[in-house]
Parts: sequence; structure tokens; C-alpha cells
Amino acid sequence: MKGMTLIVKKITQIICPIIFVFGIYIIIHGHLTPGGGFAGGVIMAGAFILQILANGNILPALRKEEEGLEFLESSAILGFLIIAGLGLLFSGSVVFFANFLNKGQLGKLISAGFIPIENIVIGAEVCAAIAAIFIALVVYKDEESK
Amino acid sequence: MNSLIPLFVILPLGAAFIMAIMGRFIKNINKYISSVIMILLFCLSLHFIFRTEGSFVYKVGGYEAVNGIPIAIYMVLDGLSKLILLIISLVGLLAIFYSISYTKQYTAERKFYVLFSLMIAGMNGVVISGDIFNIFVFLEIAAMSSYALVAFGVEKHQLEASFKYQVLGGVASLLILLTIGLIYWNTGTLNIADISRQLTVNCSSPEGISVFMKFISILLISGFGLKAAIFPFHTWLPDAHSSAPSPISAMLSGVLIKAIGIYVILRLFFNMFPLSYEISLTITILGTISMIIGGLLALGQWDIKRMLAYSSISQVGYIVLGVGIGMMLLASGGSKTIAALSITGGLFHLVNHSVFKGLLFLNAGAVEYRTGTRNMKKLGGLSQVLPITSNTSLIGSLAISGIPPFNGFFSKLIIIIAAIQARYYALAFLAVLVSVITIAYFMKLQKYTFFNTDGSKWVKKKISEVPFSMATSMIIMAMLCFALSLLIVPDVRAVILKPAVDVLVNYADYSTKILGM
Repeated sequence: MKGMTLIVKKITQIICPIIFVFGIYIIIHGHLTPGGGFAGGVIMAGAFILQILANGNILPALRKEEEGLEFLESSAILGFLIIAGLGLLFSGSVVFFANFLNKGQLGKLISAGFIPIENIVIGAEVCAAIAAIFIALVVYKDEESK
Repeated sequence: MNSLIPLFVILPLGAAFIMAIMGRFIKNINKYISSVIMILLFCLSLHFIFRTEGSFVYKVGGYEAVNGIPIAIYMVLDGLSKLILLIISLVGLLAIFYSISYTKQYTAERKFYVLFSLMIAGMNGVVISGDIFNIFVFLEIAAMSSYALVAFGVEKHQLEASFKYQVLGGVASLLILLTIGLIYWNTGTLNIADISRQLTVNCSSPEGISVFMKFISILLISGFGLKAAIFPFHTWLPDAHSSAPSPISAMLSGVLIKAIGIYVILRLFFNMFPLSYEISLTITILGTISMIIGGLLALGQWDIKRMLAYSSISQVGYIVLGVGIGMMLLASGGSKTIAALSITGGLFHLVNHSVFKGLLFLNAGAVEYRTGTRNMKKLGGLSQVLPITSNTSLIGSLAISGIPPFNGFFSKLIIIIAAIQARYYALAFLAVLVSVITIAYFMKLQKYTFFNTDGSKWVKKKISEVPFSMATSMIIMAMLCFALSLLIVPDVRAVILKPAVDVLVNYADYSTKILGM
């Protein structure tokens, strides 16, 4: 897969960071506004995919990227499970998925206990997974056409 | 509230992702982690079977019910779940021990154990979930990892089998999700106990359940019937179960179709829907037909694992027949004792089948591991070069054909006696007939694979017995084929089978009991 024209590349360069930051915004406001870990993660992965589409793929670099994404994905799920499991230790009554942190004030950014933290972990996981799936498809297609 | 219950999901799920990270850096660590996890799960399920009594409810997140309406996700552990969890961890432990030597032939060995643990997590989750939507979620976890495991060898026929399995599995998931949506629309809740209460309040008229409920029931039977490979939804099974790596075939045939197919059908149709005669008749008829069709189709197979896969369809038919007779009796107000006997037979056969079908698939894997073929026409005389495989396979074949003193005899006997006592003579006759057919195709398997030395090139070849871990797993399973006959003794049965049977026979108590906790 070859890259696109200079115009596309330049515009992608400009809007990709904005898309990425918007994804982060959706994730950290997951407990206050519509959206959350999954939606934000998909938007962040969209920024990655846009880059690959505009600039074409350099296979060795993408393979390396895929390994890194797999690692991020596994650790994110593990993180999610560990945070859920911490409830077993800190909630006082041995409850899985217990919201053991201070709930804070309704409507503030730092509130709702551990839900924002779980949202961040889910965001990382979804972003890594969707980007990894896309890269796997691209790598497969290129190998097939060779 | 028993705080050990979520460990059934946390342990394998956590282990899967730890293995995905660690396996990259440390060679062979996945084998040890997954074995240790399976041993822990096995001990945990033994603890629940022998050291605890009655049902437990675990409310995830610790949210208590408000005005009697459950809010938290419920994890329910009662007699039936305990029995299925025991089977999952037992067969899983032996399969993972067998895999230690078997998976050396694959390049992506570490991913095998990750997917295996995920599959265990999914099945455990289905079994302990008290909530119909979480059953769906965990069912998808188990199904997704089994799709990947079926295609694990990445050869052409394996990919094709996996694709077929995915398409039909996708249809099944769609039907199940649609039904969950319809149930939620109708009752406004997803908790099985709460749905059951709503349905008995709203839908219990003298003439039985409403047409809408029948429609939902049929959709559910189709969806979970596809997962359990009951006729006419069985077409994916012979491909998928024969193409998978052998320990996975043992898991799929031995446990997966029961945990995500039969178990859920039992749980939903006994404990959630009000029992109805028409639905139980449908289930029994489908079970009987798959029992016959599976047996007849197995007769003509020359691929060992394909024959075993068809045999699974037939034996699952037995299980459904046993439980179905009980269901019909309970629904039509017949004798509770005979219904209990019949359900005991069905569940007893479920336990037995997971052990001997697991064993036979491991044997087939051992034959393929040493000879490189599964075609019976190319095999023969293996009893002289692979004595352990041959003898354990003989025990497995005798057990599945229902020869005393092996476990298969007693479970089939109980089902047939219950059918006669319930005056379903035709069903009893068919069960005996299929048992004869079973003997026929297992004699074929034994003769062509192990005993027929005519023109066999394997006797002269110097092939040695399979490695230690594979042989040990097969020997333990063969001993279990003997040992499980003990379940016929009333005292042993009272500990292991009776709690599970009680949950199904006293089907109406489930809702009040779970909501009261």
C-alpha cells in the first residue's frame, strides 16, 4: 500500500493530534458525558489508522508496532482486572468490582471513585486492539499480494 | 455471600493476560502458569462440592437489592453449577497436562495456553452467572477463543472448519442476543431469578405459557441448540471438533458443548421459564433424533476424530433424552421420583461423557502424534507398538458403548429404566438400539486402528509410546472411567449428583431462593 499525495499527508499531520486529544477527552469525561472508554478508544485508534492510510505502510515498522500494541492490550486488560480485584482487598467486605475509592462530588472531573480509572484502562485496551486488528489486516494483505 | 466464587472467573482470566505478557519473555512459563491455575480451579471446585452445601449468591460490586429488585450482577453457585464446574476443571486439568508434550509441534505454542485459559474463563463465567446477559458475554468469550483454537494448526481444512464454526456460531449468538432483547423488553430485567418471578406472575394461565413465550423458547432452543450441536443444528460439529488440536477437541466435545449448550438450556428451561409440556416434548424429540442420527452417521466414518465427533452428537442426544423425559414428567404432573431418576441418568451421562469422550479424543491425538494420520484405512496393529494408547482407548470405547463395569453402562441403564418406568417404551427401545450402534462403530475403530495387523506397516516401524505427560493424562482418564461407576452408589451420588438433580426437580424454588439471599 503506497502513501497518498502531499496534501493528504499534510492535512493528516494537522488533524491527527486533534483527533487523538479528542479521544482522550472522551475517555476522561466518560463518567460525566456520553461516551467513555470504548468510544474514546475507537477515536484514538482512528487517529492511528488515518496515519497509516495517508502515509502508506512500512512493513517492518508496522510489525514492531503490532507487537507493542499486543503488549499494551494485554497489560490494559490485566490492569482492568487488577483494579476490579483491588475491591476484594480494600472494600472492607471482600467484594469484586467494589468501588472502594472516594466518590467525590457529583459532576466534578475527579469523582465517581474508580470508574474514571477503569475508563482510561478500557480506552487503552480498545485503542490498542482496534489498531492491532487494522495492522494485522494490512500486513496480511501485503504479504498475500507479494 | 461466599467470596471465593468470583475466583472461578478471575483466576483463568487474569492468568490468560499474565501469560500473554510473560510468555514473550520467559520460555515455557505459560505451561506452568496454566497448569497451576487449572490445579487451583480443580481444588476450588472440589472444595465447593465436598465442603459446602446449598446455593450461594455473590453480588458483584456489593450492591444490595432495592425493594426486592436485584441491582447487582448476580453470580449463582448451586448444585448444578458445582457439578459442571467440577467437570470443566477436571477435563481442563488433564487436557492441559496432555498439551505440555502435544503442543511442541506448533510454532505459536504460548498463544495456545492463553486461548485455553480464556476458554476456561468463558465457560466458568457462563456456569456461575446468574444473569442472562452475562451468560451471553461469557459465552462469547468461550466461543471466540474456541474459534481461534479450532484454527490453531492454520492448515486449509482447519481454517475452513473454523470459518464454518464461526458462521454458525455467529447465527447462534444472534438468536440468543435477540431473545435476550425480547425477554428484557417483556419483563424489564435480566436477572434469571427475577425474570422467572415476572414470568410466573404475568404468564401463568391454566392453559400454559403464552404464544410469545413459546416463540422465545423456540428461538432459545435454536440458539443454544446450535451451541450444543443438537439435531438439526449439528452440522458444524464434525468439522470443528475433528480439525482442532486433540486436547482442544477433548475440551470442545467433553466440556464446551455441555457448559455453553446443555447447561444453559437446562438452567433456562427449568429455572427461568415456566415448564411447558410442548417445549419439553420438542427438546426430547430433538435429543432422540440427534441420538439416532449421530450414531448412524458415525458408522460410516473413516477418520477417527470425525467418528468421535459424530459420536458426541449421539451421546449428547442421550443426555438431552434423559433430562427431557424428566422435564416432560414434571411438566405434565407425573411422578417426581421417576423424573428425578431420569434427570439423574441424564446428568450422570453428562459427567461420564465428558470423561470418556475426552479420553477417546486424547487417544486419537496420541495416534496422530506418532503416526501422522487419522485415517483408519491407513492404520492398524497399533496395539503392539502403542500399548498404553491402545489399552486406554479400549477402556474408553467399552465405557462409551455401555459395557459393565464401566461408567457408561450405569448412566445408560438409568436413562433406559427411567424411560420404561415413565412408559415411554419407544424411547427406551431407541436408546438400547443406539447403544448397539455405538458398540458397532467403536468395534470398527478398535479393529482398524489397533488390532488389525494385516498389511500394517506400523508393526515393523520402530515407533515408541507417547511422552509421559500425554500417557499420564490418558491413564488417569481411563481410571476415571472405572471410578465414576461409583456414582451409582447412593451415598456417593447423594454428594455429587443429587444436589444438581434437586435444583432441576425443584425447579420452582430457584427464583425465591436466589432472590431471598
